[in-house]
Amino acid sequence: MTVDTTAASWVDVAYLITAICFIFGLRYLSSPKTARLGNRISAVGMLIAVVATLSQGIVNWWVLGSALIVGAAIGIVSAQRVKMTAMPQMVAIFNGAGGGAAALVAAGELLKVFNANGTPTYDVSFTSVLSAVIGSISFAGSIIAFLKLQEVMTGRPITYPGQQIVNALVALVILVCWGLVVANVPNSLEFFWIALGASFVLGILFVLPIGGADMPVVISLLNSFTGLAAASTGFVLGNNVLIIAGALVGASGTLLTVLMGKAMNRSVTNVLFGAFGAIKTSTAAGGAKQQNVRSVSTDDVAAMLAYANQVIVVPGYGMAVAQAQHSIRELADQLEKRGIEVKYAIHPVAGRMPGHMNVLLAEANVPYTSLYDMDDINPEFERTDVALVVGANDVTNPAARSDKNSPIYGMPILDVDKAANVVVLKRSMNSGFAGIDNPLFDNPKTVMLFGDAKKSIDGVIAGLKAL
Amino acid sequence: MTVHLLAELTVFVLALFVGLEVISRVPTMLHTPLMSATNAIHGIVLVGAILVAGAADAPFNAIVSFILVLLASLNVFGGYTVTERMLEMFRPKAPAPKAPADGTK
Repeated sequence: MTVDTTAASWVDVAYLITAICFIFGLRYLSSPKTARLGNRISAVGMLIAVVATLSQGIVNWWVLGSALIVGAAIGIVSAQRVKMTAMPQMVAIFNGAGGGAAALVAAGELLKVFNANGTPTYDVSFTSVLSAVIGSISFAGSIIAFLKLQEVMTGRPITYPGQQIVNALVALVILVCWGLVVANVPNSLEFFWIALGASFVLGILFVLPIGGADMPVVISLLNSFTGLAAASTGFVLGNNVLIIAGALVGASGTLLTVLMGKAMNRSVTNVLFGAFGAIKTSTAAGGAKQQNVRSVSTDDVAAMLAYANQVIVVPGYGMAVAQAQHSIRELADQLEKRGIEVKYAIHPVAGRMPGHMNVLLAEANVPYTSLYDMDDINPEFERTDVALVVGANDVTNPAARSDKNSPIYGMPILDVDKAANVVVLKRSMNSGFAGIDNPLFDNPKTVMLFGDAKKSIDGVIAGLKAL
Repeated sequence: MTVHLLAELTVFVLALFVGLEVISRVPTMLHTPLMSATNAIHGIVLVGAILVAGAADAPFNAIVSFILVLLASLNVFGGYTVTERMLEMFRPKAPAPKAPADGTK
């Protein structure tokens, strides 16, 4: 083995600096105080990498420049305009874009070899199919996730008989084509395209049966996929910065996926293949067994809150749908004026992406020091006069603690039923996403305030002011 | 497997560990910005996109090249903008108006 003494190009040095920037960028995300700085360091790293790359014999300036500018314009404008409640969709789109790009880069590199009438090395053919497959799955999966989150298509799992078999067959096609490309059979380029197309189909098929409430897991997983696709593209191009950045993202996505699964007490496989929430979707608008619910008016709730010492707000996806976060903040202001302590209890899987509730409340100027994670807030409920559940359901379901037959048995929940009083804001008596009855609603301590969460909260605020 | 690929795999595995180490310190509160930040970081495929689409012997025609770079560019610029927007909302205490409210404890 000879020692490689070729001088390193300054471009490679630039890439190293970029990698360091990315790592520090993520490191600074460990505190909200330094997080913005982190994001900027990471952006500077990106700029360095892009400028360094552009300095390397670019010929197609027109295509490149116009695509860069148009992409940047669409990205920046949509990122600035998007409502915070639509953030999961936005993240899904950007994620899909990255996955699609990774797949195309791999395809391009392989094509380049074939166009020059060469034979790709095993390394290149293996990793380029890998990028194409993961990138393409991520691209198609993200599109479906977007459509589900945007409610263009139903958020319910879409299932059909033999679903797993179909998925397995598509996966088999991909594997066979992969093998053929690596074995470099004649026409191996065609098999590459088949693998790419089949992966696209697999991406669609694999997200279809996953319900809206499981989206935090899927979004994290797709994020991890795109990261790994980027890393794999790095192997194809022999580019370290792609490998490092991709590995960082892959690690992050995987970690989040596992965390989300844990927060639901379900394995990732169960989330992906369990079609959770498909069961008994049509059981007559739910609530058949739940007769003892007490419905109250906004004034009743206002009076109840006015005489409390401590109130804990438990937000869920319903808050996002109703865009009630600003009203909640206003209600909290009113209560704090009366010397009532207001805290927020955040379940890890409340909403449609990891940390979804935190971002929405931050948007409404709720200080993050008032937001508590599940483990920190659960002991507090016993000392709480009113737990105000805003559009959350399954994450408060006591059946998860006690009922071994419940589909969510074992899932860690927020112990709202330990508070002296519970107010549940809900659109109607329909059961939650998982289609499971919630005994919390029957609890004698619980009262229900039906209607749009934002309107209900506004009513409570008016009631408080009138007191 | 070539020596070259093994060296790259080494880099990959080490980066994976660095990633796990760094990211496990991110509080749950910041998980959405984390997703969005890592989303922006995988926009690094833009480097690959430029290398593939901008070269003299570009393997794709102009339209595919355009789409490729556009996707990657959308990922980068959108990702960083959205992360910045989220992070600027995270404040320890409400900015101004009601100062004395915290006298309860």
